Amino acid sequence: MFNASLKQFSLQLAEKKISSTELTTEFLKRIKALNPEYNAFITVNEELSLAQARAADQMIAAGQAGPLTGIPIAQKDIFCTKGWLTTCGSKMLSNFVSPYDAGVIERFNQAGAVNIGKTNMDEFAMGSSNETSFYGPVKNPWDHAAVPGGSSGGAACAVAARLSPAATGTDTGGSIRQPAALCGISGIKPTYGLVSRYGMIAFASSLDQGGPMAKSAEDLALLLNIMTGFDPRDSTSLQRNAEDYARDLQKPLAGLRIGLPKEYFAEGMSKDVENAIEKALDEYRKLGAQTIEVSLPNAPLAIPVYYVLAPAEASSNLSRFDGVRYGHRAKSYGDLADMYRKSRAEGFGAEVKRRILIGTYVLSHGYYDAYYIKAQKLRRLIAQDFTEAYKQCDIIMGPTTPTVAFNLGEKSGDPIQMYLSDIYTSAANLTGMPAMSIPVGFGDKNRPVGLHIIGNYFSEAQMLNVAHQYQLATGWHLQSPV
Amino acid sequence: MTLSVSDVKRIADLAYIEIDEDEAKETLIQLSGIFNLIETMQAVDTSAVEPMSHAQSVTQRLREDAVTETDQRELYQSIAPQVEAGLYLVPQVIE
Repeated sequence: MFNASLKQFSLQLAEKKISSTELTTEFLKRIKALNPEYNAFITVNEELSLAQARAADQMIAAGQAGPLTGIPIAQKDIFCTKGWLTTCGSKMLSNFVSPYDAGVIERFNQAGAVNIGKTNMDEFAMGSSNETSFYGPVKNPWDHAAVPGGSSGGAACAVAARLSPAATGTDTGGSIRQPAALCGISGIKPTYGLVSRYGMIAFASSLDQGGPMAKSAEDLALLLNIMTGFDPRDSTSLQRNAEDYARDLQKPLAGLRIGLPKEYFAEGMSKDVENAIEKALDEYRKLGAQTIEVSLPNAPLAIPVYYVLAPAEASSNLSRFDGVRYGHRAKSYGDLADMYRKSRAEGFGAEVKRRILIGTYVLSHGYYDAYYIKAQKLRRLIAQDFTEAYKQCDIIMGPTTPTVAFNLGEKSGDPIQMYLSDIYTSAANLTGMPAMSIPVGFGDKNRPVGLHIIGNYFSEAQMLNVAHQYQLATGWHLQSPV
Repeated sequence: MTLSVSDVKRIADLAYIEIDEDEAKETLIQLSGIFNLIETMQAVDTSAVEPMSHAQSVTQRLREDAVTETDQRELYQSIAPQVEAGLYLVPQVIE
């Protein structure tokens, strides 16, 4: 039963073959049994989850059920959730019980979904392996010696290990797509501005975007239908008409033009990843698509640009954690400034401090133009490259990550090696374009490989169509490590 | 660009993060490596390019100047480190 799609769960609930209370209880049991090994969840609260399940059962009985009513969803611990501990993977917020719900949480609540627990993540979403979490690393369900990726590592693990039917994630430089690839699941970062950032603890506001993680593109479409929509409390939320992201799933792919950026197929990609990607592209050609080479000349600059802009925004956003109104406060201190300094030194982990320091430096007097403005100019050049490429193709494909999942501890001492695992993903955050990862096979040590699909602005329905047609023709997304 | 230990301490001071000598030395090594990576940006001529601050070219929305929030002081203060008589307590700043 744990392998069912969202549609199948919904049908079972509608036909009264199972109640939401029973379904939720089954998943809670599974989490209780397996989470001590995986560490995918930071907080599980049976009482709160079961109360939502009972309410969902009443909705179903009253004939008011929607597509996700009664279905358990794991929520990344970056989304403020009323009455739930919301830690963002940090000691700084290890005592923070949120007094309000994020926009995304409200939407799931209104849809009658059940929050099955809060998932582990890199501290403040800063990391690519889940190893910066104050709550410890998460294991990759395909190989317990490997990282699950990050920052949404707990979410990816939870879906892959079938601890939850689906999960939410957030993506600032690849944090949905990279763990989805490493754990062999599907995940999409929508166009910037489609998913509310209200109550989603901010890392880099101009790059952060929430999105769903699930077993298939079809499930992602149902989740996106719930997650997207205007929220006046988010100043960059877009006012657009509602769309059905599942509307184009069945379209054939004949005539689809797939752009392959030569920069993404150059050195850096490991052989095992390349083999899996080439096979996936062959499958697309069989489905009637044509592939053409395109060029993104400034793409290699995405990582340096990202590591100026994201830390700059982070240093500003994380200044709110001062130990005054909520969160960690040092036990002993002298004056007010000393209280700030000690609370922040104790509350933040090494990677978060490192990024705050980078950001503080690039924004400081005398360096602002050389780093911050320079990076913003390059951001425009990177975006222009994509706009040019879309004149020749409908969609762009490449590897999501340069290698399969690396070992726990392998890169945790080397920040630059860690940063380079987002080499293909961070450009979509800089441009704001939608991008997703789907599983397309296995590489070294039988660890999963993800295909990166990047679309033009607001092309989510088409991207999901492109992913779904592949998943109809192949079975990689149905493989499970458990 | 070359950073020094005193630069690291100055930045940490600006960021209000306490840092000791050993941490500053360790941080210097890592930041220097990261800034070497960042320096690769300087190879591209961007003199004719406008900075891009945001993914969408949207303007700031305005709203009616009306009260939309309700008073939730007690709820918000229930998670504060230290409160008294409805006020957040911090060390004395005025003699």
